[in-house]
Amino acid sequence: MTNTPAPKTPKIRLKDVHKSFGDKRILQGFSLDVMPQESVVIIGGSGTGKSVMLKCILGLLEPESGEIDIDGVRLSTLSRGEREQVNAKIGMLFQNAALFDSLPVWENVAFGLIQGKKMRRGPAKEIAIEKLAQVGLTADVGALSPAELSGGMRKRVGLARAIAGDPDIIFFDEPTTGLDPIMGHVIDELIVKCVKQVGATAITITHDMASARRIADRMAMLYQGKVIWHGPVTNIDNSGNAYVEQFITGSAEGPIKMELRKL
Amino acid sequence: MNPVRALGAGFLKFLAANGRLTVFALNGVSHCVRPPFYPRMILRQLIDIGYYSLPVVALTTLFAGMVLALQSYTGFSRFSAEGAIPSVVALSMTRELSPVLAGLMIAGRIGASMAAELGTMRVTEQVDALETLSTNPIKYLIVPRLLAGVTMLPFLVLIGDILGIFGGYVVSVYKLGFNEQTYLINTWNFIESQDVISGLVKAAVFGFLVALMGCYHGFNSRGGAQGVGAATTNAVVSASILILIANYMITEIFFAQ
Ligand SMILES: Nc1ncnc2c1ncn2[C@@H]1O[C@H](COP(=O)(O)OP(=O)(O)OP(=O)(O)O)[C@@H](O)[C@H]1O
Ligand SMILES: [Mg+2]
Repeated sequence: MTNTPAPKTPKIRLKDVHKSFGDKRILQGFSLDVMPQESVVIIGGSGTGKSVMLKCILGLLEPESGEIDIDGVRLSTLSRGEREQVNAKIGMLFQNAALFDSLPVWENVAFGLIQGKKMRRGPAKEIAIEKLAQVGLTADVGALSPAELSGGMRKRVGLARAIAGDPDIIFFDEPTTGLDPIMGHVIDELIVKCVKQVGATAITITHDMASARRIADRMAMLYQGKVIWHGPVTNIDNSGNAYVEQFITGSAEGPIKMELRKL
Repeated sequence: MNPVRALGAGFLKFLAANGRLTVFALNGVSHCVRPPFYPRMILRQLIDIGYYSLPVVALTTLFAGMVLALQSYTGFSRFSAEGAIPSVVALSMTRELSPVLAGLMIAGRIGASMAAELGTMRVTEQVDALETLSTNPIKYLIVPRLLAGVTMLPFLVLIGDILGIFGGYVVSVYKLGFNEQTYLINTWNFIESQDVISGLVKAAVFGFLVALMGCYHGFNSRGGAQGVGAATTNAVVSASILILIANYMITEIFFAQ
């Protein structure tokens, strides 16, 4: 682990975050710094707490201890109103898309613009259609209700909603799960574009190693509630960490033991 | 566990649940007077509660008024007190039957749908998504429902009053042979504004209780389809019980000499 002293304040800093549900301990001292305009990919086994970590940053879950800073501001010290202002800078793609099923697709995408930024419905709709086009959906999809979409389409609508407000910080929870390989590629390029051209800071959770290599500047691996390895994506193949090696090769043999019971 | 401890634990749980409900209610009410407001959401709820509940409430109160006239006649005719029927119908409808029946029907219709809708939104993370889109879910989801409950139920009850009295009138005139004019004059002379007002106050309180229970149980539901189902049941049952309790207390306040 090489960690040259950073000159800038990190965009997002998590320090020693602990979170448990009942006596089930999920995050046990999670620490991670994400620099401005950096794209970090988090990898780690299913159920290790990756989504929980994002929800802690968003304030949807409250960690028991630890510090979370955005732009150097300690989130736990903020009032509800200030917290909302911080959240306004963040776009989030939920793992299950979490679309509002009482609203048509375009209104889902435009939601943050209309309700959060108080934009008029007409212009907001135009932006929504444009964002839908960026994720490969035509304008007539905009008129459908979320229940009429396929799983992969829902995911892409969720993605369009996450980037609609041109946020400063974007969290993608498994953006390419459930997409065909070509569309997966398109979405990867969109994420890279958000970071490189628009200048956003991104945290992406993915299980798709090919996609991770395309998106990431840096990768971090979560295991047993902690970041056990992080480093530039170019180092991923010679990380020297047995856990990471097992994870990226997807081998059943190695230090990570799946908790399975013999039938 | 020994019984005393179990009792104590149960009592503490009860207190905690009450505390949570009270905090939720105060939070909801305080957001009712603080912008931003969401007129579209409020309008949607007003229509849903006020307009779409009209048939249910109308039928219930109409038949309640009719059966009331019929039954009172059976009883009163034994000691030649048929003349009291118009006033009995008017008083019972405005003071008790219309608010309570409408309240219970709305608890079933609206309380359940609120709990199911909000519960589904909760377990599919739509409530979380609202937060990330700089929208306070209390303001966006809860406030419109509370406002619509409080304002629309009195409206429904007023219509229920009229239809209930009309039902009594129809049965009395066309079945029991009352004189049309005497019936109407009797009704009009006997009814006091306090009767109607107490009914409308009850309606507003019941509307609040139904919306509060639907929102509270839905908003706090956990654990998938089963959790949403439980929230729906709890919303309807608790709203119905609270309506009956509140009904007694408001009657006591208005009419106890
Ligand atoms: N609201 C909750 N209540 C109780 N336990 C929870 C809750 N949310 C998550 N968990 C638990 O926390 C653990 C981590 O969940 P999380 O969703 O973060 O996993 P993940 O790393 O995102 O997995 P995946 O890759 O499968 O999405 C799981 O064991 C889950 O059971
Ligand atoms: Mg997850």
